[in-house]
Amino acid sequence: MIKLTGIVVFVALLTLLVAACGSDEPGSLIVLTNDSFDIGEEVIAQFEEKYNATVTIQKSGDSGEVLNRAILEKGNPSGDLLYGVDNTFLSKALREDIFIKYKSSRIEDVPSKFVLDDTFHVSPVDYGYVNINYDIAYLEEHGLTPPETLEELTGEDWKGRLVVQNPATSSPGLAFLIATVSYFGEDDDYDYLDFWADLKENELAVKDGWSEAYYTDFSQYGGNQPLVLSYATSPAAELYFSEGAYTTPPTGNMLVDKATFLQIEGIGILKGTQNEKLAQKFIDFVLDIPFQEDIPARMFVYPVNSKAVAPDFFKYAEVPTLPADIDADTIDANRDEWIDSWTKVVLR
Amino acid sequence: MTVGRILLIVPLAYLAIFFIYPLGSIFARSLGSESNFGFEPFRILLNDPYYLGRIWFTIWQAVVSTLLTLTIGLPVAFLFARYEFPGKTLLKAVSSLPFVMPTIVVAMGFTALFGSQGLVNSALMSMFGLDDPPVRITNTLTIIFMAHAFYNYAIIVRIVSALWSNLDPDLEGTAKVLGAGSVRTFYHVTLPLLLPAIVSASLLSFAFSFTSFGVVLVLGGPEFSTLEVSIYELTAKLFRLPLAGALAIIQLGFTYFFLLFYSKFQEQSVARIDLKPRESTSRCPIRWREKVFVIATILLLLTLLSPLVALVVRWITLDGGFATNQMANLFSDDRGSYFHLSPITIIWNSLRFALITVAISLIIGTIISYSITNVSRRWRNLADALVMLPLGVSAVTLGFGYIIALGRPPIDLRGSWLILVIAHSLVAYPFVIRSLLPVLKGMNSNLREAAAVLGANPTRVFLLIELPLIAPALLVGATFAFAVSMGEFGASLILVRVEFTTMPVAIFRFLGLPGAANLSMALGMSCLLMVVVSLGFIAIERFRYKGIGGF
Repeated sequence: MIKLTGIVVFVALLTLLVAACGSDEPGSLIVLTNDSFDIGEEVIAQFEEKYNATVTIQKSGDSGEVLNRAILEKGNPSGDLLYGVDNTFLSKALREDIFIKYKSSRIEDVPSKFVLDDTFHVSPVDYGYVNINYDIAYLEEHGLTPPETLEELTGEDWKGRLVVQNPATSSPGLAFLIATVSYFGEDDDYDYLDFWADLKENELAVKDGWSEAYYTDFSQYGGNQPLVLSYATSPAAELYFSEGAYTTPPTGNMLVDKATFLQIEGIGILKGTQNEKLAQKFIDFVLDIPFQEDIPARMFVYPVNSKAVAPDFFKYAEVPTLPADIDADTIDANRDEWIDSWTKVVLR
Repeated sequence: MTVGRILLIVPLAYLAIFFIYPLGSIFARSLGSESNFGFEPFRILLNDPYYLGRIWFTIWQAVVSTLLTLTIGLPVAFLFARYEFPGKTLLKAVSSLPFVMPTIVVAMGFTALFGSQGLVNSALMSMFGLDDPPVRITNTLTIIFMAHAFYNYAIIVRIVSALWSNLDPDLEGTAKVLGAGSVRTFYHVTLPLLLPAIVSASLLSFAFSFTSFGVVLVLGGPEFSTLEVSIYELTAKLFRLPLAGALAIIQLGFTYFFLLFYSKFQEQSVARIDLKPRESTSRCPIRWREKVFVIATILLLLTLLSPLVALVVRWITLDGGFATNQMANLFSDDRGSYFHLSPITIIWNSLRFALITVAISLIIGTIISYSITNVSRRWRNLADALVMLPLGVSAVTLGFGYIIALGRPPIDLRGSWLILVIAHSLVAYPFVIRSLLPVLKGMNSNLREAAAVLGANPTRVFLLIELPLIAPALLVGATFAFAVSMGEFGASLILVRVEFTTMPVAIFRFLGLPGAANLSMALGMSCLLMVVVSLGFIAIERFRYKGIGGF
């Protein structure tokens, strides 16, 4: 009996499969994005109402994975737009030529330092900073003061106390590696690889993803390490999600000049879309105030539109005064080599 | 026979469309883009000591993990096969939970136990007045072995105990009457009879350790990467498709080699015996030695499950809260996110995908198993190894294969939930085959023939004679198909539309943001997952009594 019903189910499935192969009805948009994306349902509803369209947001791994997917699908994209190309992968995306150019009129509200692509195949939408966070209670308990320089991290005080992410698999991991390259240089007497070798010597812990590092290694959540590579907004998020348990954040930011990484995320229209006009409207909408003001409390990054007002608790999301200065082309030209060298020094 | 041939088209078409075609496409894309087709990446890989090291590490860690898994699994299998005790149904259901739990959740369980502020270390530190936590196993090789055993022992337990519970205890009794001691009886009577199931289960356990991804990625840290992890990095992150494709082919080649070796071995180890209904083979422990064994094994099981218990405890006590508060938060939390779904919808998603996966896997697995037993001896091993290959394929390779192969009309599956259940059933149906084949091969064909001689047509023979005998094995297969689907979240790489969010995907999403509320939601969803899966296991177990009367 099972078998027979099963066969019926299977045949039904096959039929469905064939039936499900129609194309999108007019007035519908698919936005491909990464795991970290979030936005209010109401915000999306505003767009849907205004343009009488339906918007489907589809997550497909982290930022690197989504981009690679889009490259594989070049010319036959499974979405109309890609949200979340960042400056560590921007040049690759442009080189692969997967986007259609579009300059939104809203760009005038975006400070020029955030405009990552002056050909406007990719428009900036949000930004954040990657840096080390510390567990305030742990440091107090062990009589430690927060580290102020990167060099300090190789000393006895911080032995076995730092966890970072693998730059080959994690986007904050890659961002921090780039920051150290920019900070220590590649050919100096003491270059970035010497720094990483010393960190390794000092019992550095490495995890492949942010979640593992944060929720299993960070002492704030029962792990061994009081220092974790995360974002400048994480302390503010800790406060926001503590639901009143804290009045100030339980974690702090280690902000070293020229050693934090400014990560700018952008959006672009995918070549091969059937909905280019509507996709352009979506970019305008994403840069407009309602969407921009919803960004901080959803994704814990900053809106690029200078007219957007951040929520109150975002005062704890400090903005580093002087992030690492390194441009997207340099990153693109050297990214793989840096990752390879890093892997040889730290993991092998 | 003709009916059999026609039915065979179903699994063959399924494998051709959803396995061979996407895999072929991605390999062609990876290796064929260079002007000289293909061998360059292999040359690079095989001359790089790093990748050779990865290959060697992947093999030996899988061997060690499998041996450890067997050591833990066999006594537990014996316990469930031979003894009745209060709470057995629940314990059996709970004991298979580890197989389902997302690795990051298990990692949090391990941290709650063995982390520097974990239960074990806090207890030791206060007992002996230590300043530093004495136990440090996170990010070591030990934890990879432990985690593999933790994940895979349920495979041994389920598959071996299904056969064990159908072995006639009189066989062992006879050996003892004839003067053999317990050890000799086990070694010369029980073990040879169980061997097909033990080898089957070991193979699955080996395959899972060999292609281990999450455990290594989350618990071991990047120093211990397996081939699967390297393929993932090369494909999804570094986008070096030629190298990734070559490595995936090497992994597939090794898997095929192991499978072939195994099926040759299996060939020689089949003993045809009469199977007994399991109700007549188990009983309450009577002698004190039996009682000690039962209690000791239950304690071993509880120790094994302690990381999961630690999670539940952590959830309930989070920020001094109570279970009811935490549960209320889980159900009431709605910050108006586009990605918000009620836990009920998420549970229902997981359940319906799992049920469809079970249906597909049972059909595909049963047809293939019957076909293999009927194939001529010459081709049997090759075919057996071939249909098991999905276990050895790199998930990310297949995922990218789906994107390029199944993304154009007539079959555009991107964005459809079908791709989820198809991906799940590819990993799930091998379980049906592995639990079914030993029974089919061991089945005494006299029964079938007697029924046929007495005038029963093939359908009646199947329904009345064979189905009751293979039912326990089918249930084992169904249990694993269910478990595979409930726990899987790698397919989220391909497709995560909000409306298809499953429980593991939701857990993963909660853990993507910092903050206590997110942790609470993730832990709460994990606890719900444990409850739902346990209930599912128990329901499948019940099915045996209700659905197939008399067995």
